[in-house]
Amino acid sequence: MNWLIAILQSALFIILAPLLAGWLKYCKCRLQNRKAPSLLQPYQDLLKLSNKQPVVSEQASWLFITAPYLIFSATALAASVVPLIVVDLPTSASADVIVMVGFFAFARFFLTLAGLDIGTAFGGMGSSREMTISSLAEPAMLMAIFTLTMTASTTNLSGAIAHVLDEGLVLRPSFVFALFALVLVAIAETGRIPVDNPTTHLELTMIHEAMILEYSGRYLALIEWASQLKLMLYGVLIANIFFPWGIAETFALKDLGYGLLAILGKLALLAIFLAIAETLVAKMRLFRVQEYLSFAYLLGLIGMLSHIILEASR
Amino acid sequence: MNIGQTDFYTQAILSLAALVGLTSFLMLGQSRLLRLIFVFALQGFLLTLTTSLAAYSLGNPHLYISAALTLLLKVIFIPWMLRREVLQMNIHRDIQTLKNKTMIMLGGASLMVFSYYVLHPIVQNTAPVMLNALAVSLSVVLLGMLLMISHRQAVAHVVGFMSIENGLFFAAIVATKGMPMVVELGIAFDVLVAAVLFGIFFLHIRSSIDSLDVDLLNRLNEIEK
Amino acid sequence: MIAAYFVLLIPFAGIIFFAIADSRSDMGRINVYFNAVCLLATLWLAVNVVNHGTILSANKAYIVDPFNVYLIVLTAFVGLTTSIFSAPYMAHENEIGKLTAGRLKLYYTMYQGFMLAMYLVLTTNNLGIMWVAMEGATLATVLLVSLYRTPESIEAAWKYFILCGVGIAQALFGTILLYYAAMQIGDGSNALLWSVLYENATKLNPEILEIAFVFMLIGYGTKIGLVPLHNWLPDAHSEGPTPMSAVLSGLLLNDALYAVVRNKMLVDGTTHSNIAGYLMMGFGLLSFLVGALFLHRQKDIKRLFSYSSIEHMGMMTFAFGIGGSLATYAALLHMTVHSLTKSAIFVTVGHAAQIAGTQRIEKIRGLIRTQPQVGWGLLIGTLAIAGFPPFGVFTSEFLVLLATMHSYPWLAPLVLLGIGIAFAGLFRHIQPIVYGEKPEGQLPVKANLWPVIIHLGLVLWLGLSIPGFLAHWFSQATVLISGSTPL
Repeated sequence: MNWLIAILQSALFIILAPLLAGWLKYCKCRLQNRKAPSLLQPYQDLLKLSNKQPVVSEQASWLFITAPYLIFSATALAASVVPLIVVDLPTSASADVIVMVGFFAFARFFLTLAGLDIGTAFGGMGSSREMTISSLAEPAMLMAIFTLTMTASTTNLSGAIAHVLDEGLVLRPSFVFALFALVLVAIAETGRIPVDNPTTHLELTMIHEAMILEYSGRYLALIEWASQLKLMLYGVLIANIFFPWGIAETFALKDLGYGLLAILGKLALLAIFLAIAETLVAKMRLFRVQEYLSFAYLLGLIGMLSHIILEASR
Repeated sequence: MNIGQTDFYTQAILSLAALVGLTSFLMLGQSRLLRLIFVFALQGFLLTLTTSLAAYSLGNPHLYISAALTLLLKVIFIPWMLRREVLQMNIHRDIQTLKNKTMIMLGGASLMVFSYYVLHPIVQNTAPVMLNALAVSLSVVLLGMLLMISHRQAVAHVVGFMSIENGLFFAAIVATKGMPMVVELGIAFDVLVAAVLFGIFFLHIRSSIDSLDVDLLNRLNEIEK
Repeated sequence: MIAAYFVLLIPFAGIIFFAIADSRSDMGRINVYFNAVCLLATLWLAVNVVNHGTILSANKAYIVDPFNVYLIVLTAFVGLTTSIFSAPYMAHENEIGKLTAGRLKLYYTMYQGFMLAMYLVLTTNNLGIMWVAMEGATLATVLLVSLYRTPESIEAAWKYFILCGVGIAQALFGTILLYYAAMQIGDGSNALLWSVLYENATKLNPEILEIAFVFMLIGYGTKIGLVPLHNWLPDAHSEGPTPMSAVLSGLLLNDALYAVVRNKMLVDGTTHSNIAGYLMMGFGLLSFLVGALFLHRQKDIKRLFSYSSIEHMGMMTFAFGIGGSLATYAALLHMTVHSLTKSAIFVTVGHAAQIAGTQRIEKIRGLIRTQPQVGWGLLIGTLAIAGFPPFGVFTSEFLVLLATMHSYPWLAPLVLLGIGIAFAGLFRHIQPIVYGEKPEGQLPVKANLWPVIIHLGLVLWLGLSIPGFLAHWFSQATVLISGSTPL
């Protein structure tokens, strides 16, 4: 029974990801006074792409073709360890923050390899940029995450969420900083404005798009889906760690229903904030990104310091 | 004492203290004047929040007056005045390159550690919350001084000066639940007069050296040129 | 107590009067009247205190005891004589076109504002108000330093404003810490009143008070002009109008020192160690020696004497730091004679600069041939400030030296050395100014030298014999500060 719920939760995660992307697009369009596409548009895109005949370059090796499957499955595995609507699942034993970061790193590794594999200038450029950014983003992310895990005294996500739930509403300076740091990192990692623009193919600015420029058909569909999944993962992470209220603690059907409603509401809200931010802020120059990420790191560091200095027992 | 065991007021004060400290750091690394002024206004706003919170939770109505004064002076009047000055001088597009930005930031961090060190003897007698609040406010004072040293624009100096006042005010609110009313009114009056005088000075400096770059004020020196 | 209110109300009326009245030619004279009436009020106050001891106002907002009442009288006196000097001086500046009538009005308004701030610092019982008034004194004088609107004066005023503002912020932090310590033993409403704190000094937390005192010493020390926080002082003195230099040197520095000593009394009562004293001795001695050395390389006559002020303030801080009745007595006496002598010197320096048309030392020559009164005034003033017998400065410096030999004999050579260096530094500049060749076409100016004669006469009198009532007065103050009778 428990395993069934765990599998269902993962499936739900994967299925809902394109919906979140659609909702985000809808919000952005409305904010920019444009007519929005249907909320289900991302599903239709994925369907259409997967029915198409993929075109693969002659220079491509087996790596190029395997990479999308690896990327998607790594991201899907990461999704399976993050509590979505209920804590204390059997998967929670491996629901470790570091495992999750590891899955992300794995997926990114193959994505950059695939970008290099084909030998075009854009692919290489995108890979190099992606690596630059992620090498700066990862420490900042870990810093923020460690602040949380130090409070909860565990690196287990499920345990951390349960800890925050048990404690009730406690205003912690360290959480405020960690939240800001994690939001900044999430924006950089998922390739949103102001770090990367997911809708552009302008050669000088693109990062993520440059790497997947050569993909088509079902391969492209898988990669797109994986990146939508990643966006949702970060959203769930932020929503459930900092504002875990509403998440189900038992497997009763009523609780699970409330948990689902709660996470949908939280994600919808987060997407609105993201849409507003993306509408207001301009994309920054690539060379400013390191400044942005070092600020995120600074925030994470201050969060950890304020945990040690301001909150620790004496 | 773990933070989970303290009351909500203390938690909120600590969070605000951390944010006030953060705004000081943000100001230190800021190279655009308008953004600097914005962060300064933000700090004033956090201060207003702190004061209102203290007034509410301690049931001390005179702190509401201080909060209103802070809002008027530090969030509205002074930022407005500085902003107008910057726009008039047309220096809002200038990016001021900070020499050794890393060194300045590291210096700021060590000043923060230093404040903890200086105030550590206090901890034996009082709640750790007080030490934190006092140390954060002392570091805001010291960071304000560092801001004045590292920036060259007169506007940045004024921001530094006023953020020093902010730090002191924060200490007064948090550690001692506000000073006696007369003293607070006196301090607010001094700040107001200082702000007006700064306005007059901008006028004078501008007419004498045609810039607000304080580095150009270098005629008086012990070494004869 | 009514007298104290009068002391505060008169300059307040002065501010209002000068602010709303039209500019007129006799503003200088009216300024003299205001200060004269104020001096009378302070004398009335002093008689009250000498007869009845410490006065505390009904709501405990003001305190007048033997320590501050003598400073109040001194402030009023120097304020009056400087205003007598400033009337023709400022009129002259107006005639030669250095100042407009509007700025003259600003000058007189701020003069009264400065006096008000000074009286408030001295009379208030509330340490918070003391800070507010101290900052107020900066704000009142900052526009006076830049009165001539030359680039140099604006720079000096900016420096003065920023350094003193930032410095004095430290003093406020110290005051907040003190308040914090006081809150732990009693209720909040009275916790900043000096008299209340002084009674309960033994109950205060010594650690917090030590930290608080360090901050206050740095804060008010910036105002005193202690090295290394003194940078603003020579600039502000040299670029502002001369009467301003006289009151800054003669009054503002004294009052800042007063604030430090008031706080030291609290800290001493709490800590039972001489930590505050050691700090003051260190800073004082450093300022004394550095000030004396810097005298040698000055090119501007007003900068020269402002370094002399740094040196003397250092000596007073040092003497207060030694503690004990003898040193305290010496410091009090030195405060008085230094104020009187230094303001007299600035008066003559102002005239000398007007005669030569410049403040550059190498351009001012042959004063004694151009205008003998000014030349003699400057010479005698310099003799007095350098510590020649029979002037009062000699007496006080001798007492400081005596106290040093008594308590810290190994510091005595340093003090002697400093006095010697300062003496040489002053005379190598002053000798050619007074006796040198008179340049062509140098003409005397209209000068009122009565303030100089009165001040130097008083200093001479204090050097020859301290009158009985004054000695009694000083003894009372000494008992208050150090806890034992002198001599």
